Amino acid sequence: MSEPSTDDITTSDSLCEDVVLSSRARLARNVAEVPFVHRCSTEQRRDIMARVLPALDTDTASEPTTWIDLESATSLQRRLLFEQHLISRQHADAKGPRAVAVSVDELLSVMVNEEDHVRMHAMAPGLQPGVCFERIRAFDTAIEPCVGWAFHERWGYQSACATNTGTGIRFSAMLHLPALRITRELEKVRQAAKDLHLAVRGYYGEGSESSGNFYQVSNQITLGCSEEELLDRFVNTIVPGIIEYERSARQVLLRRNRIAMEDRIDRDLAILCSAKLLKVDEAMRRLSSVRLGRCLDIVKTPSLQVINSLFQEIQAGHLQHAAGEKLSPEQSQAARAELVRSQIGHH
Amino acid sequence: MKCDRCNKPAVVHQVIIKGDQHREIHLCAAHAKEAGVQNPGHPPSGFPQGKIKPGHHPGQVSRMPTCPACGTSFSRIRKDALFGCSKCYDTFGKGADIMIERSQGGATHHVGRGPCGSERDAARRFESRRLVEELEQAVRAEQYERAAELKAKLTELADHPRADGGNS
Repeated sequence: MSEPSTDDITTSDSLCEDVVLSSRARLARNVAEVPFVHRCSTEQRRDIMARVLPALDTDTASEPTTWIDLESATSLQRRLLFEQHLISRQHADAKGPRAVAVSVDELLSVMVNEEDHVRMHAMAPGLQPGVCFERIRAFDTAIEPCVGWAFHERWGYQSACATNTGTGIRFSAMLHLPALRITRELEKVRQAAKDLHLAVRGYYGEGSESSGNFYQVSNQITLGCSEEELLDRFVNTIVPGIIEYERSARQVLLRRNRIAMEDRIDRDLAILCSAKLLKVDEAMRRLSSVRLGRCLDIVKTPSLQVINSLFQEIQAGHLQHAAGEKLSPEQSQAARAELVRSQIGHH
Repeated sequence: MKCDRCNKPAVVHQVIIKGDQHREIHLCAAHAKEAGVQNPGHPPSGFPQGKIKPGHHPGQVSRMPTCPACGTSFSRIRKDALFGCSKCYDTFGKGADIMIERSQGGATHHVGRGPCGSERDAARRFESRRLVEELEQAVRAEQYERAAELKAKLTELADHPRADGGNS
């Protein structure tokens, strides 16, 4: 076995990175006196963009962003933004006037003309929904006077969908739950989540399947509780409960048959280190196994940071972008395998 | 659109209008038969009686209530689970209220930030309106002790408008 990596998972325990890949806070807002996006004419959608764009000016907004007109962006650019979780699949694939503004660190994005006129997201690694909330709140507070959001005295911030009415805020955490899946306890989590008015979605959010044992958990209720109350419940009750459940399941697996678990993880690592062709599903599955092994100290390398980055870099858009040319499915599999080998294959 | 009583597709659609209130009924073939609806133009037995409008059929001009601001009908809102514009929230009154409350786990009003940092103002205004309604009911029911309690709460709310932690 090669030398241990420099990152120590225990030092970042408060972020719970052994289970939580990333956190996110999202605000849904609509411009007052304009129909919601699905009822807007093309001209009205252009007007919305023309109203939002000046509000993102550096003198107004809390931080600078780069405006990307998605109608004129290439399909690869849109795909990259989607793979980075900066825009939804719906926003990437839609037609008509729409845009996204992205911060310098690519952790904050503002989608314009998605399901709502404006959807602001902030992301952070590990369990940090509070950090995301502060960032997105500052951004919203800065631009709100320039745009003027639709607000109802009783129902709060108005949204096209009733599920986003009120605060319009949705907190989410991308959770890595391999042990709960192996022990078949995931259904219990889903049921408990439903009872707690939580949504459990796949790796790319709404409408997506789980990939690499990642599940996005978010609050479904946006009305009747303040942003702070929703955040407090999410960060101090809901997510810690699932984290502890996953950690317990990992210990159960170790106690039940440690050698079998080590064998499986070492085999997955060995395949990643030597494969010449890798489909994305296989790569995600084996990387998920290695990530579990790294968090349980079964493997000392690669670092968690390298593994986490690979989940994004092995996606088709990223590979094509790195190659600088359109890749056939087989070329894509070869490029993926080569990338994985180069990142972790020195063991 | 699904049947009001099961998950099958609704084939009978009716709008019942009483004064300024309207109610929609959407039933599958089995439940329509069970409810005694043979012809979409006639009210089923057991449903509230009022002015009945037949459901929308292809090629027929819809007579369902629509939002004057965006032209979206309530049946369309129900079908898509999307409001057409911010005015729809008031245009469809109780129907919109029920839709929001159902999708929000029974929550009945906004709590939290308002425009330009008017924290919790919406909740205070809503609370005030709720107390007034309750006070009126108590007076009508001649529950004077309860009415006095509610009046005291209203006075307190008016005297200490920012006691809820607001910042504007």
